[in-house]
Amino acid sequence: MTGTALPPASADALLFDYLLRLADSDIVLAQRLGEWVGKGPVLEEDIAQTNVGLDLLGQGRLWLAYAGEVEARYATRGRDENELAYFRDGSEYRNLLLVEQPNGSYADTLVRQFLYDAWHLRMLDALARSRDERIAAIAAKASKEVRYHVERSSGWVVRLGDGTDESHVRMQRALDALWMYTGELFAADASDDALVAAGIAADVTALREPWRQAVGDVLAEATLAMPSDGWMQGVRGRGGRQGVHSEHLGQLLAVMQSLPRAMPDARW
Amino acid sequence: MRAGEAVIWGALAGVPDPELPFVSVVELGIVRAVEPIPDVAPARGITPARGTDPIPATARWRVVVTPTFSGCPATRVIEADIRTALDAVAPGACEIVTRLAPPWSTDAIAPEARRKLAQAGIAPPAFRCTAAAVTRSGAAAALARGAAAVACPRCGSQHTREVSRFGSTPCKAQFRCDDCLEPFDHFKPH
Repeated sequence: MTGTALPPASADALLFDYLLRLADSDIVLAQRLGEWVGKGPVLEEDIAQTNVGLDLLGQGRLWLAYAGEVEARYATRGRDENELAYFRDGSEYRNLLLVEQPNGSYADTLVRQFLYDAWHLRMLDALARSRDERIAAIAAKASKEVRYHVERSSGWVVRLGDGTDESHVRMQRALDALWMYTGELFAADASDDALVAAGIAADVTALREPWRQAVGDVLAEATLAMPSDGWMQGVRGRGGRQGVHSEHLGQLLAVMQSLPRAMPDARW
Repeated sequence: MRAGEAVIWGALAGVPDPELPFVSVVELGIVRAVEPIPDVAPARGITPARGTDPIPATARWRVVVTPTFSGCPATRVIEADIRTALDAVAPGACEIVTRLAPPWSTDAIAPEARRKLAQAGIAPPAFRCTAAAVTRSGAAAALARGAAAVACPRCGSQHTREVSRFGSTPCKAQFRCDDCLEPFDHFKPH
């Protein structure tokens, strides 16, 4: 990526917000996957789901730690990863709407995962070419892990989509219900545009066609129909990445943040 | 090797991985480098004589580590264990820094450590093949590739299959041998 430089202070503020956008989708989805711990349909899946969540949590922490360092460059102080994760309210979270959707049945969880994984991998591969070395390093590392995530969720979409009548119906229903959240994956706002121009952020609009192609291939093998784009959530500058969330996020954060908020100085 | 560096490497070689205590963090490629930090800038106008060591004997050391998987819970324990081992041989002389790039790979695992993994019943990683194309057949290709490449660490049979890409720790996959019927862990190529 190449591009034009931004003035330092405003560039840092934009970068901070962008790093939260990357971190928060990982952290919120990790928390959702954590809700499955001990309740997976089979032992191997319970473990797989938890491992994926753990990877996402680790990646989210890398982004948050960097965000805190960037914040310290222009604000009076930078918050650490715990403060950023546990002491921001829902409207300050910058995650995609897709990942905060409830777990539902295993079909809902897997379809959500598949749609995200297929986007996440392409996003990280684009970010690995960022002019910001720290972003490039985190993305290159995370990309290797997310490759496993894509293989797993793609495999399950095929097995359950092209499985029994019941599993097929459930997968198609989950796909139809979650599709409206996929538009946001490729919606860029002014702050994205500025960082793309500076060679720092990934151009999500360029990821849309490769994503559709890859998702379409898996869905075809799974005998599932790709839904048509209807009303898409969060694409007009008022979505999760701008802090406008569904009601589900507040409930998720209430659980995730309850302990540190009740006992702010608690140490393990 | 400069004086002191061997001591640092020796201490690091004695730090076991918490989940795989029969191999060290050096053998796993978690320790990337030991670099000298000159503790004073060379005096202006004085050039070290040819052949003299520019690093003073009191040099501090920077120990460069890299995490295996981003979310591996052992990462923090490993860093604490490294700190303890370094302080035992060179108190206050070492700083530990984390370096992400290039990302850790199982290709960094030493041959001796691969033998120890196999001895402990964990099929060692093959040297990394190119990542499966993320397409509709990605999962199937990965399954086929895993089954073809991984020998059972107990009986040596090649008739094994991947039960799950995810295992008891982030670095391992679950396999089963179709000949001796035993389940086993595979350190997945990463």
